[in-house]
Amino acid sequence: MTAATAQSRAQRRQRDNLTRRPSVASTAATSLTLAARGLLKIRHNPFRLFDVVALPIVSTAMFAGIFGGAIAGSVSNYLPNLVPGVLVQVAVTAAVNTGVQLCEDVDQGVFDRFRSMPIARIAPLIGALTADVVRYIVAAAMVVLVGTLMGYTPHSWPGLLLGCLLVIYTAFALSWVFAFLGVRMPSAPAVQGASMFVLMPMTFISNALVPTTNMPSWIKWLADINPVSHLVTAVRQLANQGSVGMDIIWSLVGATLIMLIMAPIAVHAYIRKT
Amino acid sequence: MAGMVSSPAAPPELAVDVRDLTVRFDDFVAVDGVSFSVPTGSVLGLLGPNGAGKTTTVRVLATLLPASGGSASIFGHDVQHDAHRVRSLVGLTGQYASVDEELTARENLMVFARLLRFSRAGARRRTAELLEEFSLTDAANRSLKHFSGGMRRRLDLATSLLAEPPLIFLDEPTTGLDPRTRQQMWETIRRLVRGGSTVVLTTQYLEEADQLADNIVVIDHGKVVAEGSADDLKASVGSGRLRLSLVDDGDLPTASLVMEQIAGHSVETEADRTLVVPVAGASLVTDVLIALRDKGIEVSEVGVHKPTLDEVFFQITGNPRKEGA
Repeated sequence: MTAATAQSRAQRRQRDNLTRRPSVASTAATSLTLAARGLLKIRHNPFRLFDVVALPIVSTAMFAGIFGGAIAGSVSNYLPNLVPGVLVQVAVTAAVNTGVQLCEDVDQGVFDRFRSMPIARIAPLIGALTADVVRYIVAAAMVVLVGTLMGYTPHSWPGLLLGCLLVIYTAFALSWVFAFLGVRMPSAPAVQGASMFVLMPMTFISNALVPTTNMPSWIKWLADINPVSHLVTAVRQLANQGSVGMDIIWSLVGATLIMLIMAPIAVHAYIRKT
Repeated sequence: MAGMVSSPAAPPELAVDVRDLTVRFDDFVAVDGVSFSVPTGSVLGLLGPNGAGKTTTVRVLATLLPASGGSASIFGHDVQHDAHRVRSLVGLTGQYASVDEELTARENLMVFARLLRFSRAGARRRTAELLEEFSLTDAANRSLKHFSGGMRRRLDLATSLLAEPPLIFLDEPTTGLDPRTRQQMWETIRRLVRGGSTVVLTTQYLEEADQLADNIVVIDHGKVVAEGSADDLKASVGSGRLRLSLVDDGDLPTASLVMEQIAGHSVETEADRTLVVPVAGASLVTDVLIALRDKGIEVSEVGVHKPTLDEVFFQITGNPRKEGA
């Protein structure tokens, strides 16, 4: 290849990039490239998956052992209720860690370079969050695997699969909330702390681990309106009955709303960060 | 945002045109009415101590930071209103290597090439070219954790050059590098300039600006305190400083007078019997020594050293530089 063609190639690319704004198509392509970057990082540092591998094992085995006998008479009777609950709990926690990791990444010089390049400014955020979908998939798979090893068989495998997809979608939607915290807060431990403050009551004041029937009335009221409860119920219906109920609709609508509200806010915060 | 009127289209001969640029943070002014321009194809050195506002200026020019006042344009495009266009015309190599620590050198270049809309094959080709050019081929598949500072900077610079941008910002490209790696970096930058790129480089080292820049803008406390070619600056500062210690302090007045006449600069008295004067060249040192011998003045110690940044500021501003902002 001669120097002249290399020169004209570079000029053509500069002209192509010399638009006022990036197009939707180029934004999508850029985001995909940055998601691939996220996957490369996971490949180089598999410890990024530690939480989504370890937490499902510990949670499933521990809660089944602790609550199984008391709540359902035996561990195997409890698993159909527990597996969907832990599925949701673990995925939501994984979404928090997206924010925590983002907080560390954003301070690295490489995000400066992203900002100085002719790419859509939203792309680094979409890319990072999309790559983390892999984490939610691993988390869901681990819960199902551990549950199965302990003797759980869903009434409907396709239903359970759909339930997992619903949970993964919700985790992706929620990750925008924690991405916002990750961009906005000064340090990773601060993000962790603030997120846990919301997360603990959200996941425990719900029907995820125990039935709400015997809770004091005000807690029961909270647990019944908690979106986490609706999501857990939706997954239980899918996996244990193979049926689709209103809770699925509520979960989808809720997750989508959260994403529609939080994504622009998170992106705005990211762009303003200097 | 006073003074944010968009300036008339700058002539294309100017790669960078900065007018009255001001950047204010909460309670202090980092850049205070800075103006300068860079003709296309030339190298500008922004010289100043830590905290002078060099990096802040470059960050505004690279669209990373909004200006509080004044204007700046790159090849006629306003950095604020036309940020996306400006980004496709500049490459930035920061003070701290801005590459992905967790990826290999090759993966870094591939990712950034794809972001710049290279085809997959094109990205692979360009990556191989740059790895070769920056002597990183052998280390291409190793994690950056095992890279030396010099290798990191080279990768960073290679990444900035992927799209062959017509304007390149180098923010303190050699700070923290050992002398040998610094020499290599200088050679790389020279090669870049021979290829026709316009370069803006910030540095704390007078010598670096002297070696690489066609024009030098000296800034301190956010203001331009001097401007000109390296030769202009040297003419005012001297290329070196002659330091003489006398055997007999009775000779001080005579020696001082001789030195001032020959060097053409005022003489400072340092310790008891030590005199310092800026000199433009080595032959002047000889002249001074011969003149002193002719007058029978005995010298116990002679030394010539390069002016430090503090001395440059002393000469330019007439005041010793105060630390802190």
